[in-house]
Amino acid sequence: MTDPRWQDALAAAALLAVDPVGLGGVVVRAAPGPVRDAWLAALAGLLVTGAPVRRIPAQIPDARLLGGLDLTATLSAGRPVAERGLLAEADGGVVVVPMAERMSAGTAGRLAAVLDAGEVRVERDGIATCWPTRIAVVALDEGLESEDRPPVVLMDRLGLWIDLDEIAPRDLSPGPWDASDVVLARAALRTLNAADSSESAEAIEALCGVADAIGIASPRPVLASIRAARAAAALEGRTHLAPDDIALAARLLLAPRATRMPPPERPSDDASDPPPAPEQTATPPQAGEAPESPPPPAAQSDSNEEQTSAPPDVDASGQSGADPDTTNSGASDPVDEARPLAEVVLEAVQSALPAGLLAQAGDSRTPRSGSAAQQRSGRVGAARTDPRRGRPDGTQRGDPRRGPRLDLVATLRAAAPWQRLRRREGSRTGIEVRTDDFRVVRRVQRATTTTIFVVDASGSSALNRLAEAKGAVEILLAECYVRRDRVALVAFHGQGADLVLPPTRSLVRARRSLAGLPGGGGTPLAAGLEVGATVADTVRRQGDSPLLVVLTDGRANVSRDRQPGRPRAQDDALAVARQWRTEGYSALLVDTSPRSHPAAQALAQAMGARFLPLPYADSSVLSSAVTATVASERKGPSRQQGRV
Amino acid sequence: MSLVFPFTAIVGQDEMKRALLLCAVDPRIGGVLVLGDRGTGKSTAVRALAALLPPMRAVIGCPYGCDPKASSPCEQCRVQRKASGAGVLLKSAKVPVPVVDLPLGATEDRVVGALDLERALTKGEKAFEPGLLGRANRGFLYIDEVNLLEDHLVDVLLDVAASGENVVEREGISVRHPARFVLIGSGNPEEGELRPQLLDRFGLSVEVRTPTELKARVEVVRRRDAFERDPAGFVEQWRKADAKVQRQIDAGRARLESVVVPDEALEQGAKLCIALGTDGLRGELTLLRTARALAAFEGSESVQDSHLQRIAVSALRHRLRRNPLDDSGSDIRVERAMDEVFA
Repeated sequence: MTDPRWQDALAAAALLAVDPVGLGGVVVRAAPGPVRDAWLAALAGLLVTGAPVRRIPAQIPDARLLGGLDLTATLSAGRPVAERGLLAEADGGVVVVPMAERMSAGTAGRLAAVLDAGEVRVERDGIATCWPTRIAVVALDEGLESEDRPPVVLMDRLGLWIDLDEIAPRDLSPGPWDASDVVLARAALRTLNAADSSESAEAIEALCGVADAIGIASPRPVLASIRAARAAAALEGRTHLAPDDIALAARLLLAPRATRMPPPERPSDDASDPPPAPEQTATPPQAGEAPESPPPPAAQSDSNEEQTSAPPDVDASGQSGADPDTTNSGASDPVDEARPLAEVVLEAVQSALPAGLLAQAGDSRTPRSGSAAQQRSGRVGAARTDPRRGRPDGTQRGDPRRGPRLDLVATLRAAAPWQRLRRREGSRTGIEVRTDDFRVVRRVQRATTTTIFVVDASGSSALNRLAEAKGAVEILLAECYVRRDRVALVAFHGQGADLVLPPTRSLVRARRSLAGLPGGGGTPLAAGLEVGATVADTVRRQGDSPLLVVLTDGRANVSRDRQPGRPRAQDDALAVARQWRTEGYSALLVDTSPRSHPAAQALAQAMGARFLPLPYADSSVLSSAVTATVASERKGPSRQQGRV
Repeated sequence: MSLVFPFTAIVGQDEMKRALLLCAVDPRIGGVLVLGDRGTGKSTAVRALAALLPPMRAVIGCPYGCDPKASSPCEQCRVQRKASGAGVLLKSAKVPVPVVDLPLGATEDRVVGALDLERALTKGEKAFEPGLLGRANRGFLYIDEVNLLEDHLVDVLLDVAASGENVVEREGISVRHPARFVLIGSGNPEEGELRPQLLDRFGLSVEVRTPTELKARVEVVRRRDAFERDPAGFVEQWRKADAKVQRQIDAGRARLESVVVPDEALEQGAKLCIALGTDGLRGELTLLRTARALAAFEGSESVQDSHLQRIAVSALRHRLRRNPLDDSGSDIRVERAMDEVFA
C-alpha cells in the first residue's frame, strides 16, 4: 500500500512539471534521504527532456548566481564578454536550492526578483543586460525546527509546499505519469488558459474563500492555486476545470499554509445531504483519513473526478484503483454538482490541514513564524567575514575568483604601463592584462555587537523589574538600530529559560516578543545563564561580538536539573558563570534587588562581569549603563574582529 | 517590451497609488517608500506607473535625457548649447520617462557609472559610461527590497538623491552629471528595518496591507489571472481609465505652479509638525508640497485642509522620533495630532 502523502507529493511534481513558471516552484520539507531523492528523481523524470537543472549552493557569489563579466573571455577577446549566471543558465528548467532554510535574505531577494520578472537583470562589472530566465525553484528545506524555514520572500513565491518527512521509504511507488503525459498536458493547458470560462470565476471565488477561512493573507498562493487547478485539469486531459482539480489545488497549495482553523460553523443543510454527510460529520481522526481516499490525479483514468468524495475504502486499492473510480464516479457525480464548490474545496483543505495547527492557533506568533528563520538566516550571510561585504577600502592585488570584487579601473591601470613591453613580447593587439595586474576591492567590515539580555523573570526578583528590562531593551534596540547592532533576549523563570527574542535588529519583532514575555515562578538562574551562553556562542560563530547583560538579584532557587533548593541552585549558577569567564564573554551584571546582595556580586565576580547595583533603576538609566558598557567593551572585541 | 499590469486595475491600495501619482505630478516631493505585506502589489504598482507617465521632451543623444530648457544641463548639453548659440534650443524628442530598476546585486560601478569597459579594452581609451543613476535622471529609480541593499550603495544613493548630482571621481575619470530622480523603494519591514537616514530621505512613506475583505481579494486574484491569460486584451480593457489618469497627471503638472498655498495651510502644517515633534523642516516642506500636488492633481485652486489631512500620514509617519515605550503606531500618532490641529 502506498502512502497517500506520497501520492500527493507525486501529484505536486506532476503539476510543477506541467506549469513550472506559473507555480513558481516547490518547497520540499524533508531531511536528505531516499524519499527526497526518489521525489527529485520523479520530478526529473517528468520534466521536459533537455530542461536544465541547476543546483545553487547556499552561499553563492553574485557573479555566479546572476552572471556578469567573463574575465577570461573578456581578456582574451579584448572586449567585454558577458557570462550568464546559474539562474539564466537554468532558463526553461529548474533551480534546486539545497539547505534553503540557510539561504541568506540577500540571495532570496535576488531569486524572488528573478521569479517575478522572468528574467535576470544584470548591472554588474560594466555589463548591463537582461537574460530571459523562466524557471521554477525547488527549495530543499532541511530545517529541523519549525522556525527554521527558508526566507519568507521565497516561500511566498513558491506555490507548492510538500512535506516528505513522514513518508517511509517502503511506501514509495512510481507515479502514474511520465514525461509524455506532461507534454500532452502542457498543450492542454494552453487551451485551458485561452478559454475564459465561468468556471474560472467560480474557482477563484472558492479558492479565495478557502484562503480567507484558513488565514492566508498573501494573494500569491491563491493565484498559484488557480494555475495548479488548471494544470491538474490539463493533466487529466480535461478542457474545463472540475471541482476535483480545484480541490486538489487547494489541498496541495493552500492547506500547508494554513495559519488557523476554518471557522467551525457549517451550513446546517449539509447534514441532509446523504452521501457526503458521514465524512463531513466525521471526527478529526477520520477527517485526517479523508485525503487518503483521493490519490487525486493519481490514476491516469480521466474519470476520477469524484475522488474527493469517494468513500475511504477506495484508498485500499490505492492508485491502481482506476476501476473502482470508474464505477463510483457516476454515483457521486451529482453530489458534487449539488454542493457549492467552495464547500467541496474547503472540505478538501480541512482534511489536509497540518497536524498541530489547532494547538498553535492560540499562539499569535505562529503565522509569522517564518520571519524568525528569515531574520536569522539573513543575518548569517551578513555577519560572516566576507570579502564581498562591507565598505570598500581601497584596492589590493588579489585573485577575483576567490570572492572579492575585481576593481577594473585599478586592474587596467596596473596593466597599462606594461602594454608596449608586452606587445613587443607577444604579437597580440589590444590591452594585455596578466594575473599580476588583478586588483580587487578591499573591504572592511565593522564588527557588530549583539547585546544579549538575560532577564530574571521570576516571581522573586522581577515582576516589576521585568517592565524596566523590557523598556531598556526597546530603548537599546532603537540605539542599536542606528549603530546596526542587534539585540537578543533570554528570560528565565519557573522551571527553565527561553530565548524569547532571537538576535534581531527589528523593532517590530522585538516589540512583539517583549509584549508577550511572561513572568513569575522560581529562579532557575543556571538555566538562564546557560541559554545565554548558547546564544553568545552562536553569535560569536556568526562573526559578531556578544555582550551579555544579566538582570537578576542573583538569588537562584532552581538548580540545573530543575530541582528546587537554594544552595544547589546557587552552586550551579556559579559554575555556569565560571564557564562564561573561561569563554571570555563580555558581560554586565545588573543587580536588581532593592538592597544589593552579596550573591549577585559573587556571581559577577565568577563570570568576570562588570557589576552594577541598580536598586531603583528605571529603563533609561539601565540603558545608558548598558550603552556605556557596550562602548567600553566594543573596543576589545571589535579590534579582535578587525584582525580576523 | 512586455505588457505591464495597468495602474488603474490595481485593486484598492489607494494610499500607495496616490503617493506615486503625486510624485509624478511633483517630483520634488522626494520619492516614496512602500512598506508592507507580501504580495500586495508593491512592485506591480511601480511598474504600472512607468507605463502611465506622460512622455517627456529630451535632448536627442544626451545620455542623461536632459530637458532642452533645463537650467542646469549636463556637460555635453552645455557644450552643445554654447556651440549652437544662445536662444537656440537643442534638438529634442518625446521619450518615455525613465523608470530604472536597481536590481539587488548591482555593482557600484554600474550604479554610479564608470570607465567604459568596451572602449577601454578595444581601443584603450578612457571614456565615461553612465550608470543607473545617470539613466534615471528626470525619472524614477526603483529599488525593490530596499532593506536588502548593500550599505555602500545606500550611501551613494543618499548622497546623490540629496544633491541631485552624481559626482564620479574615480581613478582616471572625473565626471559630474545631473541625477535628479524620484526614489521609490519597497520592502517588508519584517525582513530587517531600514537605516533611519534612508527612511527620512523618502518624501512619502506608505504602508500597504493585504485587503481583508473577501470581495476585494477575489477581485485582486481575478484581475491578475485575467491579465496573465490575456495581457493584451486586459490592458486594452483598462486603457481608457489609464489614459484618464495620465491626462490628470499632465493637467496637475501644468496647474502645479499656480496652486496657491494660503497662510492658513502653512500654519496648519507647521502646527502639525510641532505637535508631532518631527525633526527639521523637511517634514513640513514635504507636507506642503504633497498637499499642493494633490490640490493640483484634483484641479483645486488652492491648498485646503482636506488636502493636508489626506496626505499627512504618508508625509509624516516615518519622521516621528521613535518612542519605543509608546506602543501606538506612527499612524495613530499622526492621526491623533491631526485631530488636535484640525479640531
